[in-house]
Amino acid sequence: MDNYVVEMLRIRKEFPGIVANNNINLQVKQGEIHALLGENGAGKSTLMNVLFGLYQPEKGEIRIKGEKVNITDPNVANDLGIGMVHQHFMLVDTFTVTQNIILGTEPKKNSVVDVKKAEEEIIALSEKYGLHVDPRAKIRDISVGMQQRVEILKTLYRGSDVLILDEPTAVLTPQEINELMDIMKSLISEGISIILITHKLKEIMEVCDRCTVIRKGEGIGTVTVKDSNPNELASLMVGREVSFTTEKTPPKPKDVVLSIKDLQVKDIRNAMMVKGLNLDVKAGEIVGIAGIDGNGQTELIEAITGLRPSESGEILLNNKAITNMSPRKVTESGISHIPQDRHKFGLVLDFPIGENMVLQTYYQKPYANKGVLSFKRIYDHAKKLIEEYDVRTPNLYTAARALSGGNQQKAIIAREVDRSPDLLIAAQPTRGLDVGAIEFIHKKLIEERDKGRAVLLLSFELDEIMNVSDRIAVMFDGNIVENVTPEETNEQELGLLMAGSSKEKAGES
Amino acid sequence: MFSNRLFNVLVPIISVLLGLIAGAIIMLAFGYNPIEGYIALWNGAFGSSYFFGETVRQATPYILTGLSVAFAFRSGLFNIGAEGQVFVGWLAAVWIGSSLDAPMFIHLPLTLIGAALAGAFWGFIPGLLKATKGVHEVIITIMMNYIALHFSNYMIRYVLTDGSDTTDRVLPSASLASEWLLEITSFSRMHWGILIALFAAVVVWFLLEKTTAGYELRSVGYNPHASRYAGMNVKKNIILSMVIAGALAGLGGAMAGLGTFGYMPTHSAFTNLGFDGIAVALLGGNAALGTVIAAFLFGVLKIGALNMPTAAGVPSELVEIVTALIIFFVASSYMIRWILLRFKKEEK
Repeated sequence: MDNYVVEMLRIRKEFPGIVANNNINLQVKQGEIHALLGENGAGKSTLMNVLFGLYQPEKGEIRIKGEKVNITDPNVANDLGIGMVHQHFMLVDTFTVTQNIILGTEPKKNSVVDVKKAEEEIIALSEKYGLHVDPRAKIRDISVGMQQRVEILKTLYRGSDVLILDEPTAVLTPQEINELMDIMKSLISEGISIILITHKLKEIMEVCDRCTVIRKGEGIGTVTVKDSNPNELASLMVGREVSFTTEKTPPKPKDVVLSIKDLQVKDIRNAMMVKGLNLDVKAGEIVGIAGIDGNGQTELIEAITGLRPSESGEILLNNKAITNMSPRKVTESGISHIPQDRHKFGLVLDFPIGENMVLQTYYQKPYANKGVLSFKRIYDHAKKLIEEYDVRTPNLYTAARALSGGNQQKAIIAREVDRSPDLLIAAQPTRGLDVGAIEFIHKKLIEERDKGRAVLLLSFELDEIMNVSDRIAVMFDGNIVENVTPEETNEQELGLLMAGSSKEKAGES
Repeated sequence: MFSNRLFNVLVPIISVLLGLIAGAIIMLAFGYNPIEGYIALWNGAFGSSYFFGETVRQATPYILTGLSVAFAFRSGLFNIGAEGQVFVGWLAAVWIGSSLDAPMFIHLPLTLIGAALAGAFWGFIPGLLKATKGVHEVIITIMMNYIALHFSNYMIRYVLTDGSDTTDRVLPSASLASEWLLEITSFSRMHWGILIALFAAVVVWFLLEKTTAGYELRSVGYNPHASRYAGMNVKKNIILSMVIAGALAGLGGAMAGLGTFGYMPTHSAFTNLGFDGIAVALLGGNAALGTVIAAFLFGVLKIGALNMPTAAGVPSELVEIVTALIIFFVASSYMIRWILLRFKKEEK
């Protein structure tokens, strides 16, 4: 008989109006990396929150190491040896690694926190699993990858032997992802079991032993990874055949649409983030900006779209300066912007989806006349867009909040593309979306390019950059450090360029 | 399963019913007959044309202050300052109404505009501070209430009169009171202001729901980031929202000055017209029609309650507890919403 460390049997969890999990089985063996695969909104997080004690299931049972348990809250989960590393880290920036790890379970000596003992323990743990964490470093001074290891250490320190990692690679560079894979392997060699929540098939193929697939809240089944392949996994997850490579013809670049010269932009804390950047985007090409988050990409996009002032330099659209124009003027001069954070910037979540479709154009004819809105025309327009872009919504009056992430993003893309801009800026257009929606969005971006529009794509996903861009501009420390085409580079080289190596050096390795 | 619309109507209705039941329990506990009590309440509000007139009279400023709070709320702002805006509106209305000599068709509109402008100015200050400096409007509006209270008292004593505790009466050409209304309501203080209040509700509804300006205000209220991204001027909208909210509450003050009283006395405490407006807006779901209905309900409670001590022997302190309970349940509509959602789930 198999030695299961975690068994979730016939789990059912409902929320008002929807069944998030129905009859799902998840059985994790001792010492394996078990992938939990599913589209967004398939119910992966719900299932893990049930295991972690944040939700109570309506039906089903949970067994830990063969014993039936009732996980009423996260403390119970902790006591059972279950630790969770969330996508968004729960760390105190100004504390050291040690302080963060012992927070809440501080070892005491004469009623004083015994930092020394804690540090020793952390070093021991860190060496055992090959984490290489400096216990005295402050969180704000270490990289995102390192912070993630601190989170992992935190759960190990508390004695967890089952780790849940929630989309751990979403925030990492390619090198960091490789390192994380090694860490995961060394963890299981020491007998720890890992549940990896992901929708990235590559990672599953690389490190996982088995994979449980969930689709629309239903358990589809568990497969052994080495007997499977990415195509099979993808079709299990989506429920139909999926193509991975984005098909496109060679670009036919024409005139320069966007031209940025010596641009300098400060961030909210007044630090210079874009440092004299130059960039051209031509009609009929997709330029992808590759870079690690925090190298000035966000500030660059905000400066182009008028959301953030430029300190110096020039931004030209069709040879006309748009530097420091208001967002409205920028929009009117022919730029569309799919924002990075769709909830914060892209949609008014409490507005009906129909009204969201005219967020920038509500004051123009035919949607308004002398300041009075024509809801008939607004909704006719919304209906057209929603059908054309296959946005799945119960009706046009449903609040945008109630739509799934993929459909929200489709709605934004419909709105932005429909304005037929000269320049389309897409900032992380597929973040958090599943393969089906990603496929759709990539197709749309390429269609726009083929119509002769300039497309500026910002993404932290190298796959996306490599697949969709015609030209890649690598951004590092506020500048474009390299211009390459996808054909003449690879992910490894891009990763190094993004980390600040020069082209010659990157080529050598 | 309920539709969302029905749901939004159901919540305030259940709130009121629960409040009435809780009030009944309190009356029972103290040995009074709740049925008699509520009959007295009903009769006190609708039992005669006089009572009815008084109910309408009481509801009139509530409509306006409720609209004020609701309007600001729809653009994401919490206008606690309706109370102060009532004071300055009242003061401006009485000042212009008593000092200017002009025919009614000039004098009355001018007086109302003056009251609205005074309230608008009182709303403009917190709006400006919020938009430019990010100071929270709740703190500023609370402070502005005290300034309004004491500023009005000072103006009445030392500027409008020579040390008197009340101003002169407004001239007939600026008065909203009417002989005819007086007669048909057996000398209640009901006045033409109700028409102004209802008209204001229509204007607010149209502005918020049908115009581009309203679209912007609502958008800014729900999500200022997305509004800025979409090219709206968030700061302008914050100021505009507070100015309009202030104007509405200022008009609420004019209702007291030109209608109910016809003058302005010095006040030792707040009138509560503005504070009750918060509850009215809340009960009305921050929508124009809902606010009118809620204002009317508040009028019924306030006026009808006056009849309870005499007609049912319920002491007035207990009456206040009962009305407070109803307001309490209204304010806790979140809880009722939650319970209803549970039912909704189980029905499936």
